[in-house]
Amino acid sequence: MGLDFTVLPAFFALLLVGAGWTIAITVAAAILSFFGGIFLAVIALYGPAVLRYPFRLFAWLFMGTPLLLQLFLIYFGLIQIGIDLPAFVAGVIGLGLHFAVYNSDIIQAGILAVDRGQYEGARTLGLSRVQTIARIVVPQAVRSVIPPIGNNMIALLKDSALVSVIGVTELTLTAQLAISRTFRPFEFYLAAAACYYLINLVLEAGLRHIERRIQMAR
Amino acid sequence: MTEKPFIDIRHAAKSYGALEVLKDISLQVQKGQIVAIIGPSGSGKSTLLRAINDLDPLTSGEVWLEDMLVNKPLSPRQYERHINQMRQQIGMVFQHFNLFPHLTVRGNITLAPKMLKKLSDAEANALAERQLAHVGMLDRIDYYPSQLSGGQKQRVAIARALAMEPKVMLFDEVTSALDPELVEEVNLAMKKLAEEHMTMIIVTHEMGFAQDVCDRVLFMDQGVVVEEGPPEVIFRAPKHERTRNFLRKHLQGNAQ
Repeated sequence: MGLDFTVLPAFFALLLVGAGWTIAITVAAAILSFFGGIFLAVIALYGPAVLRYPFRLFAWLFMGTPLLLQLFLIYFGLIQIGIDLPAFVAGVIGLGLHFAVYNSDIIQAGILAVDRGQYEGARTLGLSRVQTIARIVVPQAVRSVIPPIGNNMIALLKDSALVSVIGVTELTLTAQLAISRTFRPFEFYLAAAACYYLINLVLEAGLRHIERRIQMAR
Repeated sequence: MTEKPFIDIRHAAKSYGALEVLKDISLQVQKGQIVAIIGPSGSGKSTLLRAINDLDPLTSGEVWLEDMLVNKPLSPRQYERHINQMRQQIGMVFQHFNLFPHLTVRGNITLAPKMLKKLSDAEANALAERQLAHVGMLDRIDYYPSQLSGGQKQRVAIARALAMEPKVMLFDEVTSALDPELVEEVNLAMKKLAEEHMTMIIVTHEMGFAQDVCDRVLFMDQGVVVEEGPPEVIFRAPKHERTRNFLRKHLQGNAQ
């Protein structure tokens, strides 16, 4: 049987809903991974030992195990100890923490690359250590690592397809639903791929815009 | 009977392991005095300057600003509070400007007054405008440091330090990183400050500037103050062989 793309329009609304959830989960997880990444980086570099070592273990766990397994653990595993999270929330937490660990590595490198003179300049004005880290060092570090963080955000968008396995009706899952009714996998997976690609274009344009805006302020 | 010193450095010593960078230096600076510290690189002059606001802590010795001990031995938590208070009163300008690249000129100047002195936006803006007008940089208030020349950056750095209304200003080779044609504008800003009787300690390689502006010149070498006196004596009739050698080499270097 040949390809027949005329089956697509009937499921357009469904795919649109899926795309909407993909965007929602990506944005929410991106925000969590960004601020979580900053938080983890600051703890890793400046935190007291009692926090540093547990956080290192946490980072190692998230880096050393598959994201899919982490999603299963958060969604299906936590119920056993009484934490019953909605699939969307579990997905955001899983994706967000997973990428927070990767962002943290990048931000740590950015913090270490901030010129020592910046720290001295701020301390000389009378800013405390904490004020200097929060207002001078971290903002500069984050600006300098926006491009690699942006790459992580693009990877996050694509990996958001994994949350389909815990039942979030995002793009991949809605495509599968349509396929189960039409038996047209090629057409719908291709349509879903096109949607991911479009979202990605917007995301990349947004990242380029941010990079341009901060170019002067570096 | 001399006046009680404004800044009093007593028996300052600093060593890194076996290397003695400062060897028992004492220095008194009166209020409104302008002191230049000259000497070859590695002589300890920057280290001494950076000890005044405890950026490079001394191994032993005391630094007093009026009746306050700057490098007070305190618990880490108390010291942090104390030194932040002290540093608000000791302005410092660096060789490499150390402006904050992620903030505009306005942001650079208003940050510390807003955070530490709790100035309102309007007050801080007025302060920034006043300080920038003072160094002739008001028209660049909304620029980022990356959009400024070295001389302009350094003038902004001076304005930023002055915005905290310090009692003393420390200058650490502030024109050494500048293209020759940009040195003069920074020197002018400092001269203006000198005319307003700011107490200033200036580590410099600019012998001409030291001669014009400063009340006293210290020549340092190998961690000690070899010779000190009014500029006309140090530059015209230095007593020590080391001072003569340094000045001769330096003047030759400048003539090339």
